[in-house]
Amino acid sequence: MSLANHPQTLGQRVGRWTVWTSAVLVLFFLMAPILAIIPLSFSSGDFLTYPLPGLSLRWYHELLVSDKWLPALRNSMIIGVSATVISTVLGTLAALGLNRARFAMKPLIMGVLLSPMIVPVIITAVGVYFFFAPLGLTDSYTGLILAHTALAAPFVVITVSATLQHFDNTMARAAASLGAPPVLAFFKVVLPLILPGVASGALFAFATSFDEVVVVLMIAGPGQRTLPREMFSGIRENINPTITAVATVLIITSVILLSCLEALRRRSERMTTGKVT
Amino acid sequence: MTIQGGASAPPADRVLSDGDVPLKVRLRRAERVRKMTAFGLVAPLLVFLLLTFVVPIAGMLWRSVGDNELSKVLPRTEAALVTWDGKSLPGEAAFHALADDLAQAHADDTAVIAARRLNYDVSGLHSAVMSLARHHFDPAATPSYRDAVIAVNHHWGEVDAWGAIRHARGPLTDFYLLSALDLHQDASGAIHRVPADRAIYLDVLARTFRISLTVTLFCLVLGFPVAYLLATQPPKIANGLMILVLLPFWTSLLVRTAAWVVVLQDQGIVNDLLLWLGVIDHPLRLIYNAIGVHVAMTHVLLPFMILPLYSTMKSIKPHFMRAATSLGAPPSVAFVRIYLPQCLPGIAAGCLLVFILAIGYYITPALVGGASDQMLSYFIAFFITDSVNWGLASALGAVLLGATLLLYAVYSKLVGGTDIKMG
Repeated sequence: MSLANHPQTLGQRVGRWTVWTSAVLVLFFLMAPILAIIPLSFSSGDFLTYPLPGLSLRWYHELLVSDKWLPALRNSMIIGVSATVISTVLGTLAALGLNRARFAMKPLIMGVLLSPMIVPVIITAVGVYFFFAPLGLTDSYTGLILAHTALAAPFVVITVSATLQHFDNTMARAAASLGAPPVLAFFKVVLPLILPGVASGALFAFATSFDEVVVVLMIAGPGQRTLPREMFSGIRENINPTITAVATVLIITSVILLSCLEALRRRSERMTTGKVT
Repeated sequence: MTIQGGASAPPADRVLSDGDVPLKVRLRRAERVRKMTAFGLVAPLLVFLLLTFVVPIAGMLWRSVGDNELSKVLPRTEAALVTWDGKSLPGEAAFHALADDLAQAHADDTAVIAARRLNYDVSGLHSAVMSLARHHFDPAATPSYRDAVIAVNHHWGEVDAWGAIRHARGPLTDFYLLSALDLHQDASGAIHRVPADRAIYLDVLARTFRISLTVTLFCLVLGFPVAYLLATQPPKIANGLMILVLLPFWTSLLVRTAAWVVVLQDQGIVNDLLLWLGVIDHPLRLIYNAIGVHVAMTHVLLPFMILPLYSTMKSIKPHFMRAATSLGAPPSVAFVRIYLPQCLPGIAAGCLLVFILAIGYYITPALVGGASDQMLSYFIAFFITDSVNWGLASALGAVLLGATLLLYAVYSKLVGGTDIKMG
C-alpha cells in the first residue's frame, strides 16, 4: 500500500503536500474554535479575550452557585435519561422486529420510524406545539420527554439494526435447539451479544436529547429550561465567561461519550462476528 | 427459510407428521407467526411515533389549508356573500349581516378573532373590524346599513375587504400557501404577486437555498482532502485524524456556536490576530452577518460531508490508480479520470445530506446571523411565538417539509433505500 517507498515524481510529491496541507488546515478549522473556548473559562477577567489577565476558577464557582445552571442540568438529565430509556426499549424492539422477517409495508414503516431524523426539527417542534397545547402537555416534563423520545428513537433503530446485521443467528438457534423458550433465549443469549450495539444506540439517543433546543424553545415552560436552552439565551443576550465554563464541561462530556462509543464499537465487532479472543 | 422444491426432494405437501398436518401448511403457519411477531415488535414504536410525530405534523399541514375561524364569527355575512360577484360592493343584506354578526361577536368577545384573521389578508382590517364591532346600530335610525357601516370605517367601502371575508369562509383555504409564495388572490378570484414591499417569503426561500448551497460547496471543498487523507492513510494515522473529525461532530451545537461567537467577535481571536499581523487596522465585522452564518454552518455540517465521502473513498481500490499511472497517465489526469468518477456517489450523498440538513437550520443562523441572514425556519418560529399567525407558520412549514422530503427521496434513491450510515 505505502506509496512512500516508491520513487515519486515531482507531481506526486506536490499532490501529496497539497492534500496534507489542506487537510491539516481543515482539521485545524474543525478543532480550533472548540479548543479556543476552553482556556477562556479559566480566565480571572470578565471579558472573553486573549491574553488572559490571570487564571482562576471563578466562572466554575459561578456555575455552581447560580440558580440557573444546576437546575438546567437537572432538567436536561431528567428529560435526557427518560427519553433515552423509552427510546432504547422501543427502538431495540423495533429493530429486532425489522430484522426478523419481511412483512407488508416494511419500507413504508421503516420510513416512518426514521422520519424524525430527516424532518427539520422546527417542523417537529411546531407540530408538537399545536398537538400538545390542547392536551396540557406543553410546559411539562412529560411533553418534552415524549417529543425527545420521538427524535431519539431513529438513532436507536439504526444502531441496533446495524448490530443485528452482523449478528450470527446460529447462536439464537443453538439456544432454541437446547430447549430455551424464545424470551429466555433472547435475554440469555441474544441480548448480551447485541448489548454493545444497544448501548451505542442509547448513547446516540441521550446525545440527541441532551443537545436538543428547538423543541425545548417551543414547548418548555420556565420550569423545564434545559442546558442548551439556557445556553441559547446566554449566547443571544449576553455571552459571558460562565457560558465558556458550561461549554468546557459539555466538551468534556462529549469526549467521554465519544470514548464510550469507540469502546462499545470495538466490543461489538468482537462479539457479534463471533471471534473468540 | 423456504423449502426449495428440487427434483430429488419429496414434494413438500406429502411429508406428513404431527397430527397429519402437511409440512407446507405448517411452514406457512410458522412463517405467519414469524411475521406477526416481527410486526408486534415494531408496533409499539410505530404507534408511539404516529402519536407523537406523524399526527402532530399532519395537524400542522392541516392548519396550513384549514380556515374555519371566520365562518364561526361571521356566519350570516358569509351566507350573504355566497352569490356576490366580487367585482362591485355587495348589497345591503351583506352590510346588515356584518353589522349583526359583529354585534354578536362583540357580545361573545370573539370579534378579535375575525379582526386578526382578516388583517392577515388586508392590513387595516383589524381596526375596521374592531371599530365596527364596538359601534352600536339602532335599526330604526339606520335607513342604509351600507352607508352607516362605511361611515364607521372607510375600509368597508372597498371591494378588497369583502373579498377577504369571502376568501376566508373555509373550511379549506389556499390563502396561507399562496401567502407563503408571495401570492395573493383578489376579490374577483384572480391570483397575482403581492406588491414588492410586502413580498418577503420568496426572498427568504431563495436565501435559504442560496445559503444552503454555498455551505454545501464549502463543505465539499473543505471535506474532500480530509476524507481523502482518512481513506488513504494507514489505520493508525487515519484513526487519529478521525478523532479530530468526530469530536466536533459530537460536541454540542450550542457549544460550537458559542465558540464561533467568541472567536469571531470584534475583540475575538481572529480580529486580534489580524490586527497584530497588521493586515487590518480596525476590527472586521465577522459575526451577526452572512460571514458568521456561513462559517459557523460550514463548521457544524462539515462532518456530515466528510463521513459519507470517507466511506466511499475507502471502498475505492488503489489498483485502478496504479494501473492508470503505470499506463502513463500523469497523477492529475489519473485523479480526474479514474479517482473522481468513483467518488461521485459519495460526493452526491454528502452534498444532499448537508443540503437537506442546512435548509432546516434554525439555531445557528438565529445566533450568529443578522436580521437579513435568517432562513425559513426562523420565520416559522417567528410566526408561532412572536407574531401569532399559525396558518402562515404552517404553510411555510409545509413548503420546508415538501422541499426536504423531495430531496430526501433523491438521497435515498442514491444511497439505496433506508440504509443511512452514521459515524
